Amino acid sequence: MKSFKGQTLSWELTGGVIELALHREPCNEIGSATLEELEGFAAALESLAGEVSVAILYSTLKPGFSAGADLRELYRRSQQVSGSERVAGVRSFLERIHRVFNTIDGSAATTIAAVHGITFGGGFELALACDLIIADKSARFCFPELRLGLIPGFGGIPRLKRDLGNAVVRDLLLTGRSMNAAKAQAVGLVSQIAGEGQALTVARSTAAQIKKFDRITSATAKRFIKPIPHEELRLEIEIFCDLFSRPAVEAGLRKFVESSGPMPYLP
Amino acid sequence: MKTIEQTTSEILNLAATYFHIPREQLSPEDDFFTKLGINSLQALELLTRLEQHFQIELPDYEFQGVSDFRTLAERVHSRL
Repeated sequence: MKSFKGQTLSWELTGGVIELALHREPCNEIGSATLEELEGFAAALESLAGEVSVAILYSTLKPGFSAGADLRELYRRSQQVSGSERVAGVRSFLERIHRVFNTIDGSAATTIAAVHGITFGGGFELALACDLIIADKSARFCFPELRLGLIPGFGGIPRLKRDLGNAVVRDLLLTGRSMNAAKAQAVGLVSQIAGEGQALTVARSTAAQIKKFDRITSATAKRFIKPIPHEELRLEIEIFCDLFSRPAVEAGLRKFVESSGPMPYLP
Repeated sequence: MKTIEQTTSEILNLAATYFHIPREQLSPEDDFFTKLGINSLQALELLTRLEQHFQIELPDYEFQGVSDFRTLAERVHSRL
């Protein structure tokens, strides 16, 4: 299979480049439906490894790349089960997400996240699993998880630390603030800035350049310079599950889900 | 150095242009969520525009307790 059209995302392989388009309204919230289709994409990335030089991930939705985890689904499911089952359910979800993101992170193909607008939480973490982030001027990056009494659970802390070091991670994590594209480039998170609406165009021209190189050499170089922090990723899951069992988290989720005001994405 | 009145005026101009509202319909005391008809996602778009225009970083927690243009201008002004 060299293409897929799903409910939450679609992808197609053409000329050595696989393009994954996220399109789950309103802002590509990552819940069970998206996870299932991402698992299909990850499997395709592995099975098509001999044919893929570059993978580009982008969103077709106006608000942005992805607002992160589907908190409404998370809250709804957590209310359907009790205590230990709740944590077990979350752990299972996280382990599946980590397998997908680890596959993208370690892919032989060079991966590019072409982002715009809201690139928050799990969406930010998906971008961080990629080798390059190309952001249009509207992009904003954020770890809002502390607002809910949680930490990022999709691998964001170990990956951001791997790429940028501790100080930037502390700033984003402990303040929960969002960072604009210019600042993100200044600190080394974003490799190129594109005009508004042009991130995919810039990603495609970057992909055309990358494709010129021998695939085996590129994959070897990537493995050398980009170790996957497996131990820290596993620890992140443990810490997340430990925090998730606290009443403050249920209260934070309920507040977000029940909010009818204009503020849910603001701290 | 800009005055707070200049900063406020620039914010009103920016909001009017970006959200396609006639400038004369906006005043410093207006609740920008209500007047512009925006939600928090669009507020973040406004935040990005403000940062680009004023060449500042404005953490989004600065929106806490802010709903009118004048108070927003004070927060922006404190970073100039």
